[in-house]
Amino acid sequence: MALLDRFPALAGVDLSVESGEMVCLRGPNGAGKTTLLRTCAGLVPLRGARAEVLGFDLIADRRSVRRHVGLLGHRTPLYGDLRVDDQLRHCAALHRASDTEASAAAERFSLEGRLLGVAIRRLSEGQQRRVALACVTIARPQLWLLDEPHAGLDRASRDALDELLGDAVRAGATVMFASHETGSARLAAARQVTLAGGRVSMSAPAPGAGSSADVA
Amino acid sequence: MWREIWLICRKDLTVERRARVTLIQIVPTVLLILVVFAFAFDANPSLLGAGAGGLFWVAVLFGAVLGAKRSFDIEAEGGNLDALRLGGLSPAAILWGKAMALAVQMAAVAVFTAAGLVVLFSVAVTDWLLLVTAAVFGTAAFAICGCLYGAMTVGLRSADTLLPLLLIPVAAPVLLAGTRAFDVALGTSADQGWSWTALLAVVLITYVAVGWAAAGPLLEDA
Repeated sequence: MALLDRFPALAGVDLSVESGEMVCLRGPNGAGKTTLLRTCAGLVPLRGARAEVLGFDLIADRRSVRRHVGLLGHRTPLYGDLRVDDQLRHCAALHRASDTEASAAAERFSLEGRLLGVAIRRLSEGQQRRVALACVTIARPQLWLLDEPHAGLDRASRDALDELLGDAVRAGATVMFASHETGSARLAAARQVTLAGGRVSMSAPAPGAGSSADVA
Repeated sequence: MWREIWLICRKDLTVERRARVTLIQIVPTVLLILVVFAFAFDANPSLLGAGAGGLFWVAVLFGAVLGAKRSFDIEAEGGNLDALRLGGLSPAAILWGKAMALAVQMAAVAVFTAAGLVVLFSVAVTDWLLLVTAAVFGTAAFAICGCLYGAMTVGLRSADTLLPLLLIPVAAPVLLAGTRAFDVALGTSADQGWSWTALLAVVLITYVAVGWAAAGPLLEDA
């Protein structure tokens, strides 16, 4: 059971995700998709459950997994007053990444030139989303947790994101994303899990070996 | 731990450098408080001089409330606090990093407030060492206390009104001891200025101890 302000938001979720798998979470609003992603990131307390993510027991210690997870929710976690280059530098320092890695992530989402000196508050929603995705990329996560990752992105950025997620999976990372869209990334997902009322109502697992992420 | 504290402090100071909220909004508000008090006391020089120490700390306390609110508003916005947690930062590092940055900002507010007192109230300092020591301890205490309650109210819908309601009573010992120490430093009282400064140090140490104990519960599930 995952608790949101003592409210049981997830109850009876039984899900096992293989390492290197890409899973798409589906379900109506309020089904528990966002809570499941946040729970996997170690941000939501659990009661009466067994949960292991990347080998970390979320009941015993839900803080240790966080450094290995990249989460991008509905909202973009950015400081509006910072310039794009300030934000990227902060993310690089936070995740102990080099300047080269930060530049590569920025370049991947076309955050170059004059754009780097613009205050984040002045960017469009799509541009802010690109900065947030660059920050997740800088973190080099083993588990990508994305909530509506394509929302607000233009075609080029969507393609860049799909390519990035494909590269991450090929490199052995696991990707779990919630989406209402029927775009390319959903088609690239190896499995679709449907949530309803805080429970998994349908799951079509792909064959694989070496379980690395279990949430129960 | 120090690397993490510095990372948060540097980020907050960079946000301040870009937005200049302290210089453009908080300092003018604090100076306005001094002007309003001057009007309220009917520009009576002896009355203003006698109350200068107290006015300094009231003004800085209001500045600390605004600064603490702002410091945690930027973390609530867009879920930035989650992003810091996902960076593996400990709650203590987040709290102390923010307290350090707020202390720097409050030091700037204190300097401008002191300058305002000299210009508007024509006060003369008789003991600079006592004045500076008390100001350092007091502003640091306000910063820590502000961050503690900022962390407690972050994300709450009623944070705007709840923060001053919680912070001001708890900061009262700093206000009292700081005022007494300043009265001596400004030559308006023959009290034991250093005793009051020692009390400020004790209050500061108490806030630090509470901060270490409360950082986890406050910021882990905020």
